Amino acid sequence: MKHQCLQTEQMTVGYHGKPLVEGIDLCLHRGEIMALIGPNGAGKSTILKSIIRQLRLLGGVVKVEDVPLEELTNQQLARCLSVLMTGQRSPELMTCRQVAAAGRYPYTGRLGILTQDDWDKVDRALDQVHAGDLAHQPFTAVSDGQRQRVLLARALCQEPEILVLDEPTSFLDIRYKLELLTTLKELVRRQNLAVLLSLHELDLAQRISDTVVCIHNNAIERWGPPEEVFTADYIPHLYDLTQGSYEPAWGSLELPPVQGEPQVFVIGGGGSGIAAYRRLQRQGIPFAAGILHENDLDFPAARALAAAVVTERAFAPIGPQALREGLAWVERCPRVLCCCRTFGPMNEANRQLLQAAQARNKLTWETGKEDAHGL
Amino acid sequence: MNGERRRYVLAFGLLAVLLAALAAWNLNAGTLSLSVSQVAAILMGQDTNETAYRVLWDLRLPRVLGAVLLGGALSVSGFLLQTFFNNPIASPFVLGISSGAKLTVALTMIFLLSRGVASSSWLLIGAAFVGAMAAMALVLAVSQKVRRMSVLILCGIMVGYICSAVTDFAVTFAEDANIVNLHNWSVGSFSGLTWRNVGTIAITVGVGLVWALFLSKPMGAYQMGESYAQSVGVSIRRFRVELILLSSLLSACVTAFAGPISFVGIAVPHLVRSLLGTAKPIVVLPGCFLGGAVFCLFCDLIARTAFAPVEMSISTVTALFGAPVVIYMMVRRQSRAM
Repeated sequence: MKHQCLQTEQMTVGYHGKPLVEGIDLCLHRGEIMALIGPNGAGKSTILKSIIRQLRLLGGVVKVEDVPLEELTNQQLARCLSVLMTGQRSPELMTCRQVAAAGRYPYTGRLGILTQDDWDKVDRALDQVHAGDLAHQPFTAVSDGQRQRVLLARALCQEPEILVLDEPTSFLDIRYKLELLTTLKELVRRQNLAVLLSLHELDLAQRISDTVVCIHNNAIERWGPPEEVFTADYIPHLYDLTQGSYEPAWGSLELPPVQGEPQVFVIGGGGSGIAAYRRLQRQGIPFAAGILHENDLDFPAARALAAAVVTERAFAPIGPQALREGLAWVERCPRVLCCCRTFGPMNEANRQLLQAAQARNKLTWETGKEDAHGL
Repeated sequence: MNGERRRYVLAFGLLAVLLAALAAWNLNAGTLSLSVSQVAAILMGQDTNETAYRVLWDLRLPRVLGAVLLGGALSVSGFLLQTFFNNPIASPFVLGISSGAKLTVALTMIFLLSRGVASSSWLLIGAAFVGAMAAMALVLAVSQKVRRMSVLILCGIMVGYICSAVTDFAVTFAEDANIVNLHNWSVGSFSGLTWRNVGTIAITVGVGLVWALFLSKPMGAYQMGESYAQSVGVSIRRFRVELILLSSLLSACVTAFAGPISFVGIAVPHLVRSLLGTAKPIVVLPGCFLGGAVFCLFCDLIARTAFAPVEMSISTVTALFGAPVVIYMMVRRQSRAM
């Protein structure tokens, strides 16, 4: 059985005695990443701050290694739990190495002087987050992404069992987001850390977490492995999405479809249609899409953005029923846009639609970038 | 690491040389000019010139020691406040703490003089500490309400004006021949320090400095943010209380004996940080002490000798050299922020 190192029982958190989230039962094991997600103001940071003892608990218990939080001294807690929170000051006149070295605080003596052993640990932590080459640069001179890695090194050389991070990837560009989370994943695997973090990026949360906890309506509304949480029904509910839709396979969002009588029928398939669907949506032109297999790469985007989609069952050749519907749309729409270039036994019907459109002089080919706007 | 250490050694060496040179110069210069060898001879007890002996032993030496200890204390106090408020402009003078101390000391002195009682060193420090803490309490109360540092500093300056006004009022209407001394003191001066004063100052400042050094570890963590410091194990409440008590004690000690002295608390820590190239408290604290001592010796030398026999107030000189540093610092910070 895996060792559980952080546990909350019926924890209530909030500011100034006012409960914000109640009845929180969390259980985090070593080697596990747990992500808190939920709308702004739901209380993700409040939960984290309460667990790291920055806020007083309004009820319940937090246990670290089966010891209640209030029985631990500051130093004991600091030796097994380290944090990377938002809104840090950036200290002036310090090199990255000196900033990272601050993490040795719980291990140094009365005057805080580091031994060679401490410095070795600092350097190792910097190497682990791939920031070894930044060591002697001034902290204020490095980029946001580098800074975040140095701060992660600072948290690591505190030699924690539990790492708590509050939105560590906000304000980072995609490269740094990816780098930071990759590093985090590596650390969890190699050092058997337990990680508790809050994330805004659903796609990243879906990929990195072992357990996802959803904070909504003053409680933990749902928790479990990512596949149970990131569903097309639940995520829009969690964030109270009233427009657009959520695509669970990619963890991505689509804007709402344009309403109205379709002006264009888009023949797609195999991923060729997605760009056209999005462009028509941006331009505010209602469209219909088809004929797509239900497992086609184009299908999720078409379902999210098109006013109507003509579909066929997965892995079956397009049958007469779908072809009839497709022909009806070709008849009805003033224009037909063909994105698909390859036709075979499975999508033979689409070639017939194409020919029908050509015969009615409605056909435009979806081409490269240069005349994409020539539609 | 080696580069850092070499820089620290060089910087401390420079400060020590300056300190020694300025101390010697201060002992030599004045209406009665003494050569280095004369000074050495008197200190060794070999020169028997009564006047020179009196001047050196009773006037100049306590004054030099006072300037060293109080100048150091003032700039350490400034550094502590800057750490506390996370703002390089914070200092005992700007936040009105010096003026609060000045008010209570003036009232105590006038009260005692009117009763014909000589005021003791410890009593003066006590009175100054009460005043400093009162002003500090006010500043802290305001800082709870408004987070903006500019408002806080403005408020400190206003408190300073009010306290100074009341002090001046009291000094003007106090009836005593000693009032001349009181006037000198109330505008800031290292003159008139006795050996007894110097003893009290040395004990207070010594305790304060050691205490500050023992706070340098949590201070280092605190510089990275209050919540971070808490997460590595600093008990924030206790640390903040200690920092406040300590900075008030040091600035109270300065005000009790030399009156309010402007700009040392801001300019010196800034210069020392730049000189050392670090903000690490364990290095900067002793650096600030030495730097403050050097700065005050230099300013006192000018105050004493520039228009001799007329003596300027020490604040006049510290402002002249300190204010440009502060302006430069603010301009640079602003331009970097943009």
